[in-house]
Amino acid sequence: MSHSVSPATLTGRYYDLHEHDHPEGGSTMLGFWIYLMSDCLIFAMLFAAFGVLGGNLAAGPGPKDLFDLPLVALNTSMLLFSSITYGFAMLAMQRGQKGQTQLWLLITGLFGAAFLGIELYEFSHLIHEGATPQRSAFLSSFFTLVGTHGLHVTFGLVWLTVLMVQVGQRGLIAANKRRLMCLSLFWHFLDVVWIGVFTFVYLMGMLR
Amino acid sequence: MTPAEPHWSFLLGRLGPDAIPTEPIVLATFAVVALGGVALLAALTYFRLWGYLWKEWFTSVDHKKIGIMYMVLGLVMFLRGFADALMMRIQQAIAFNGSEGYLNAHHYDQIFTAHGVIMIFFVAMPFVTGLMNYVVPLQIGARDVSFPFLNNFSFWMTTSGAALVMASLFVGEFAQTGWLAYPPLSGLAYSPNVGVDYYIWSLQIAGVGTTLSGINLIATIVKMRAPGMTMMRMPVFTWTSLCTNVLIVASFPVLTAVLVLLSLDRYVGTNFFTNDFGGSPMMYVNLIWIWGHPEVYILILPIFGVFSEITSTFSGKRLFGYSSMVYATVVITILSYLVWLHHFFTMGSGASVNSFFGITTMVISIPTGAKMFNWLFTMYRARIRFDLPMMWTMAFMLTFVIGGMTGVMLAVPPADFVLHNSLFLIAHFHNVIIGGVVFGVFAAINYWWPKAFGFRLEPFWGKVSFWCWVVGFWMAFTPLYVMGLMGVTRRMRVFDDPSLQIWFQIAAAGAFLIALGIVAMLIQYTVSILRRDELRDETGDPWNARTLEWSTSSPPPAYNFAFTPIVHDLDAWEDMKRAGVARPVEGFRPIHMPKNTGAGVILAGISAVCGFALIWHIWWLAVASFGALLITAIAHTFNYRRDFHIPAETVAETEATRTRQLAALEGAAA
Repeated sequence: MSHSVSPATLTGRYYDLHEHDHPEGGSTMLGFWIYLMSDCLIFAMLFAAFGVLGGNLAAGPGPKDLFDLPLVALNTSMLLFSSITYGFAMLAMQRGQKGQTQLWLLITGLFGAAFLGIELYEFSHLIHEGATPQRSAFLSSFFTLVGTHGLHVTFGLVWLTVLMVQVGQRGLIAANKRRLMCLSLFWHFLDVVWIGVFTFVYLMGMLR
Repeated sequence: MTPAEPHWSFLLGRLGPDAIPTEPIVLATFAVVALGGVALLAALTYFRLWGYLWKEWFTSVDHKKIGIMYMVLGLVMFLRGFADALMMRIQQAIAFNGSEGYLNAHHYDQIFTAHGVIMIFFVAMPFVTGLMNYVVPLQIGARDVSFPFLNNFSFWMTTSGAALVMASLFVGEFAQTGWLAYPPLSGLAYSPNVGVDYYIWSLQIAGVGTTLSGINLIATIVKMRAPGMTMMRMPVFTWTSLCTNVLIVASFPVLTAVLVLLSLDRYVGTNFFTNDFGGSPMMYVNLIWIWGHPEVYILILPIFGVFSEITSTFSGKRLFGYSSMVYATVVITILSYLVWLHHFFTMGSGASVNSFFGITTMVISIPTGAKMFNWLFTMYRARIRFDLPMMWTMAFMLTFVIGGMTGVMLAVPPADFVLHNSLFLIAHFHNVIIGGVVFGVFAAINYWWPKAFGFRLEPFWGKVSFWCWVVGFWMAFTPLYVMGLMGVTRRMRVFDDPSLQIWFQIAAAGAFLIALGIVAMLIQYTVSILRRDELRDETGDPWNARTLEWSTSSPPPAYNFAFTPIVHDLDAWEDMKRAGVARPVEGFRPIHMPKNTGAGVILAGISAVCGFALIWHIWWLAVASFGALLITAIAHTFNYRRDFHIPAETVAETEATRTRQLAALEGAAA
């Protein structure tokens, strides 16, 4: 194959002689997506634990005694709205509007904080009624699943705040856009997980 | 909820004078480790090596250096894990006829737990991760991994986990539960002290590192292959690495979750795995084996890749059945999720469930068998060179097949009801892990050492080590097969039946032979380093190998490839050699590289402190260190200057040195 080819041509065929810098962060979205899937597995385990233990009330209170569906529905709407507003933040980012992006991020954060506030209110209410995580395996797995989701939202809020500062400092540079994209994936992911929690834990819990 | 805790103070939590062990063996070990440690620190200070280590190694984001650090970590922890094994073998060889042996139950139970935990998490995992880190980017023609900082961070998290396990030897105690810490034994009611907490936090911290490095390597293999390297042109080791990292990402979160639940039971008083209030201990066993079975394939798959590279190189032929090798790897990856229940057939899931898992377990031996035949057919009618990597490969083939067969025996549920929890099981999994993973790691070290350091390993001591290991292994574990068939159970400290003693004495003799093998291996490394000038390899390709890592100088430059190679064939480097491609010697460009950073060391160090505080219930320190962790991590994200360019002149200079080196070799040959 190499008989008729000059050495220089051959070298050019086997080495990329005119290579340019690869854009930074080319693997970030893929990497973050894989991370999200690993996180999804943690939730899968917690859902499985709830599936196995959810009926083990140990003669304690069950879902029908405890869950306040209108409150949970309100809470769900907070999180869903925050997903929409995050979407608006991303649209503003695409248009290159720094102020708009930050404004929508702020609104997203407020919805997220409202969600957390309502969740904490629900938890404290349950604990005051004696439905503590220690009371039964059902409550252990309930608090762990819902609480882990809440911790993720808390972490998302910290991240969101940091990004608002960073966008403020450096504007919508490529690195910040990438970070906003990652948080976007994370935020919507938490929304999807919550849909699962709402359906599987609350709605189906009322049917049990 | 909490049974009579000895004491607790705000400042030190559960930590008190009783945390320092009083057993003479532990004290003596502590003295030796402390003296050795002080001597090491003094030597580093005396030779002014701290700055060098910090700048060139600890903060390095170079995948090659991180790979080597993983190997060093694995080796150090291997010595600790083997010391545990030797102690168990001696105990079991002498604890007969009313003798209690020399280890009390409290100490012995910690030893068998620590042995398992260390060997899997802090020996086999670092070895395998280290190999993948070093070799994969070079094999795919990349300059580093996708996320170089994350790579450094992952390594230090693994090291922090290892440090916590080591700390448990001297401050407090380790778990006495066996390596998977089944509840309710590992619950608060039966393990109220710090042992299980050491177990939990060391694995959680190391687990973060493992998961992140899995994500990193998947992204690297998917995104950073050289042009022309399609999926079906990836070297087999890269393929097996890809599958292993998929397994890591798809199984370590399960371990994380199940350990979180166990820690909630222990710290908060929840009832996931307790016997009352609706908890289910068997759920723990299911969940942990959903991680645990893929874990054994995480260990063995990359090693299958190692053997594929070595067999093909030392047979001087293209690997037989490349595509079937790839498909077999993928099939094993998938099947590894469908067999977990075979670890507890005796749970009583019923005949149909047991049959399902028994059959899937037997099915998994088919792709593994296909691999074995592919290696055999590669060797068939080849001019095989019997260098050390090939010797280890052949020892593997003989040993592993027998381990695989005893595995299929255990996969038959009725047989498992007899053999469950017996020494037969112990012999089986050591047969596949030592005969597979350990032999494979030694093959890999002998194979890639010249690439990493620029000189070969000395063969004489390597062969001494080889024979001690292989003979020692069979001497140590054949008696366990025999006793297992007779019904002797695992984890026993003393024995009533004097007729068993001879078997344990033979096993202990085998363990001592392995110890000689380890000594010979350490001598091999030392002798090789001392005689490195004689053993120097300047070609960069000492084995006449076939994949891209051998196209670079040994050791490779920081940037790996001055120009990214373009791949036209499965055996890319062999193809280039055959075509007579000349190295490009001009037209160098600046190369874009990531900057070193100390953030990984700092974050992992804070994590270790946080873990220690949680273990000892020092709540103020736990809160403070968690806060510090968060703040440091956030501060790190404000650093946007993470890369630099190696100037074209530096590249040109490095490459010119290489050109002179190769010209001198050619001159010498002519």
